[in-house]
Amino acid sequence: MANDIAAFFDSEPDKNVAAEGVRFHMSRFWDPRMRREIIAHVGAGGAGLTPTARHAVELLAVPR
Amino acid sequence: MYASKYHDLGTPARSGGEPVTLEIALEIDGVPVTVPAGTSIMRAAALAGGDIPKLCATDTLKAFGSCRVCLVEIEGRKGFPASCTTEVAAGMKVHTKSDAVNKLRRSVLELYVSEHPMGSCPDGSRCELETLASAHGIAESRFAGVDTARDLHTPKPVDASNPYFRFDNDLCIVCSRCVRACEDTQGTFALTIEGRGIESRVSASQQQPFLESECVSCGACVEACPTGALMEKSVITAGLPQAAVTTTCAYCGVGCSLVAEVTDGAVSRMVPNRDGRANQGHACVKGRFAYGYATHEDRVTQPMIRKRITDDWRVVSWDEAIAHAASEFKRIQAAHGRDSIGGITSSRCTNEETFLVQKLVRAAFGTNNVDTCARVCHSPTGYGLKHTLGESAGTQEFVSVQHADVMVVIGASPTEAHPVFASQMKRRLRAGARLIVIDPRAIALVKTPHVEADYHLRLLPGTNVAVINALAHVVVTEGLTKEQYIADRCEAASYEKWKKFVSDPVNSPEAMEKVSGVPAALLRGAARLYAQGPNSAIYYGLGVTEHSQGTTMVMGIANLAMATGNLGREGVGVSPLRGQNNVQGSCDMGSFPHEFSGYRHVSDDATRALFESMWKVQLGSEPGLRIPNMFEAALDGSFRGLYIQGEDFAQSDPNTAHVTAALSAMECIVIQDIFHNETSKFAHVFLPGSSFLEKDGTFTNAERRISRVRKVIEPLAGLADWEVTVRLSNALGYPMSYSHPSQIMDEIAALTPTFTGVSYEKLDHLGSIQWPCNEKAPQGTPTMHVGSFVRGKGKFYVTAYVPTNERTSSRYPLLLTTGRVLTQYNVGAQTRRTANMAWHSEDRLELHPHDAEARGIEHGDWVGITSRAGDTVLRVEITDRVAPGVVYTTFHFPESGANLITTENSDWATNCPEYKVTAVQVVKVAQPAAWRLRHQAKLPATVG
Repeated sequence: MANDIAAFFDSEPDKNVAAEGVRFHMSRFWDPRMRREIIAHVGAGGAGLTPTARHAVELLAVPR
Repeated sequence: MYASKYHDLGTPARSGGEPVTLEIALEIDGVPVTVPAGTSIMRAAALAGGDIPKLCATDTLKAFGSCRVCLVEIEGRKGFPASCTTEVAAGMKVHTKSDAVNKLRRSVLELYVSEHPMGSCPDGSRCELETLASAHGIAESRFAGVDTARDLHTPKPVDASNPYFRFDNDLCIVCSRCVRACEDTQGTFALTIEGRGIESRVSASQQQPFLESECVSCGACVEACPTGALMEKSVITAGLPQAAVTTTCAYCGVGCSLVAEVTDGAVSRMVPNRDGRANQGHACVKGRFAYGYATHEDRVTQPMIRKRITDDWRVVSWDEAIAHAASEFKRIQAAHGRDSIGGITSSRCTNEETFLVQKLVRAAFGTNNVDTCARVCHSPTGYGLKHTLGESAGTQEFVSVQHADVMVVIGASPTEAHPVFASQMKRRLRAGARLIVIDPRAIALVKTPHVEADYHLRLLPGTNVAVINALAHVVVTEGLTKEQYIADRCEAASYEKWKKFVSDPVNSPEAMEKVSGVPAALLRGAARLYAQGPNSAIYYGLGVTEHSQGTTMVMGIANLAMATGNLGREGVGVSPLRGQNNVQGSCDMGSFPHEFSGYRHVSDDATRALFESMWKVQLGSEPGLRIPNMFEAALDGSFRGLYIQGEDFAQSDPNTAHVTAALSAMECIVIQDIFHNETSKFAHVFLPGSSFLEKDGTFTNAERRISRVRKVIEPLAGLADWEVTVRLSNALGYPMSYSHPSQIMDEIAALTPTFTGVSYEKLDHLGSIQWPCNEKAPQGTPTMHVGSFVRGKGKFYVTAYVPTNERTSSRYPLLLTTGRVLTQYNVGAQTRRTANMAWHSEDRLELHPHDAEARGIEHGDWVGITSRAGDTVLRVEITDRVAPGVVYTTFHFPESGANLITTENSDWATNCPEYKVTAVQVVKVAQPAAWRLRHQAKLPATVG
C-alpha cells in the first residue's frame, strides 16, 4: 500500500516533496498501529519498498 | 392512477426556452385569472380551482388533445377548442360549463361509456372516466349495444404477466397516456397503439406480454392510466388506501421521494411524489414495486445470541442480547485494549442512525475504529473532490442535466443502476444534448430508442486515468482551456504544473491509444466536444472509483472540469452517481475513521473540542482502522470485536476467503440487519434491524439532498435501528437519551457547519434540502462552487497513469469487470426477496462471441472463472456488449460468489477495492463447481 501511495506522488519532480506527500498521507489516514508496523519494517530493512515510500516512512518516524 | 389527493393540473407548466416573465390576465367562467404566458387554459383553470374535465390530459405529459372531453367555448372564437392544447391569451373569456359545452362533453363521455360500461373497473372511484361520467349524471350509455365494439374487435385476455400490474384491454379507452408516459416520462418506448379505429389497442413491444416485452416495469404507465386498464395487482387485492405517508426510497442514490399508501396496516401501493425534487414524479421497478422484502418471511424479528459461530442461534430478549453484546465488547477491550473493537455504519440506514453508530464507536467504545460500506464504493469520490474542489460531494442537482449540452458518462450505467435519473438524462438527450460514454462495456445509453452516443470510448478495464489524461492533453494542447476562469478561480502554480504534465506527448491520445485501446481520433473528438460544450456535465459511477487509481481518476475528472470552466453553474459539474440511497449521508455523518461529520479531521483540535464539549467525553486524535485494515488486524489478533449495522462484508467485499478468515478470527461480531446474510454466519449476536418503512429519519442522496424518511408501519422487531444503538450505548455505560430522530438531527446540525440550518421542521416545510444549509444558504445549495470553489482556489493535481498490478497473462487472459442490473440491487438482500426475480434470477457472465468460440462455449453453458484469488462458476451469456478480452458479471446473488475471484488490490488513497479489474480465465464446465455446492449446503445456522 505504501508503494501505491508513493506511485501517485512520484509524479512530483522534487523527490523530497513526493516523500513528504506520502508521509502526510500516512499520518492523516493510517491508524497508529499501521504506522508503527511500517516504521518497524523500515527499521528492519524495508524490503519491497520503493525509494519514495522508504523515504516517506523515514520522515514518518521522526517525532513532530 | 395517481396518489390519492394529488391535484392534477392537466398540462405541465411551460418549460424550456427563456424564462417567462409575461403574465397573462383572462377570465374563466367569469373569474379573473392571471397565469404565465404559455400556460394552457386547462392548467389556468385548475390553478384557479376550477378543474376542467379531462381524460387524455395529465400534468406530467405534453398535451395530446385526443379525448375531446376538455372542450371549452371562447368568446369570439369558432368551435369548441380543447383546453389542454389551447394557450391562454390576454383578455380571453373562457366558458367551461356552458350548456353547449356540457351537452357536447356529455355525448363524448357517453361514447366512452359505451365501450367502458359503468362499474367495469375493479374500483370505480379510482377510474377517472367513471367518476367523470357519474358527475355528469351518466349511468349508462345510449350508444351501448349487447357487446361493446371492443369486445368484438380486440383481444380479450387480460395480460397479468407482469408480477406487479395487469393490463385489461376491456377497460382501456385508448387515451395514450400510458404510451406517452413510457415515451416522455420513462424514455423506453416499449408501448404503442396498435391497429386502427375500433381495433386500436395498447401493445407492449410487438404484441408481447408485458413481462416479455421491452417494458422496464417502471410503472409510469400504470400511474398515468385514467381507468383500471393498467392497475397494480396490490391495489386490486387491497382496495382503497386509508392513509398515505411521504417518505424516501431505500434503493439507489437518486433518493426518490415516494408516497406509501397504506391499507389495513400494510403498504398497498407506492407511488412517486409529484413534488419530489430528485425524481420529478417518477420511480423505477425497485422503488415503486419492490418493497415486499420489508415483510418477507425471512425477516429476523427476534434478537439472538450464540457463544461460537458453530453453535445454533438462541432467541433471547432485547435486554439479554444488548447486555450480552455490551459485556462481550467490554471483556474484549479489558483484555486487548480499547482499540481492539470497532463499528461499521451503513449506507442503507438513515443519517441519524449512522451518526449514532459513529458516536457510539468514538464516545462509548472510545476509539476511532469506525468505517462505512462507502469504503468499498465511493470513498475515492470524497478524497478526490475534497482535495481538488474543497468538498466531498457532487456539485449539481439532478435537474441541472436539463441545461447540459454535453453529457459525459464514465463507468456508470444509469439505466440499470440509477434508472430514474437515466430517464431525465434521456429526456435531455432526446432534446438534442450530445453524449460521450467512457466504459469498457456498451451500456444501454450507447444506443437506446432516440438516443445514441456521439462517442463511446470503449477502454480496457483499468485505464481510466490514461483516457482522462489523453482528453486533458487535447484540451490543453489545442487551446481549449478557459484561461480566464482558471486565472480567477484556480491555484496558478498547480495549474501550470498540471498543464505541463498533460501536455507531455506521453499523455497524448496517440500514446494512450496503446494503453487504453481507444482510438486516438475518438479521444480527440470526445475531448473537443466536451471542451466546447458550452455546458458539459460529467456523471460517473463505480467504474471510476473501484480501481487502484480510483482517487486519481476522480482528481483527473475534476482537473478536466476546472480546465474547461465546467463547474459552478447549472448544466455543468462533476456528479458522482452514488450506489446506495445514503452513501452521501453516511460519509457526511462522520463514518470514516479519520474524520467527524462534515469531513473534519479528528486531529483538528478545535473540531474535537466541539464534539468533546457536546458529547462530554475525551475523543481520540488519531485515525482509526479502515475496513480492510480491520480484517488485517483481526488476522494478527489485535482486533477482536465488531458492531456491524446493515453491511454484508462476506458477500460484498473482495477476496471472500480473506474476509471470512478475518471474520472467523474475531471473538464477538454483532450484526444488526433485517435478514440473515453471509456475514451473520460469522456473528455471535444478531440484533434485528428495521426497514426504511419502519422508522423516522433522513437520507441524503447523490445530489446532497436531505429528505425525510417517515415511519409507515411499526418496526417488526419492536425497535427502530437508532433505538437499538441507543440501548447498546447505554448498556456500555455511555448514556444516550434521544426520544426521536429529530433530536439526533438537531445534534448533527449543532456540530456540523454544513447542516446548521437543517431541522425536521424545515424539511417538512421545504420538502427536501441540499446541504450546505446554514446562515449563508438557509434554503440549501442546489449548485456548489458558484463564484468560487469551497476550498478557495481550485487545485489541479498531477494524475500520472499507473497501471494496476492486476495484469492479464497466458494463465489469466481475460479482464473481468462488474456491474448491476436494473431489477436487482447490490448484494440482492432486498430485491432477491421480491417478484423482481421474474426478470433476473441469477448472475450471468457476459462473454464476447470471439472469446466464446475460442473456448467452445455456447450461450447458457456453465463456465468456470478462475482468478489469482479464487474461482467460481456462472452461466454464460454471449454478447458483444463486452469487447473481446473483457468479461462482465453482476454480483446480486451470494451463490455466484463474484467476490471469490476479485482481488485485494485497492485504491492507493482510500483502500476502495479494485472490483472493476480482475484477470481471469474462463473455461466450460459440466456442472457448478464443488465450492458452490458446498456454499449452497451451508445455509444460515438454524435457531435452536
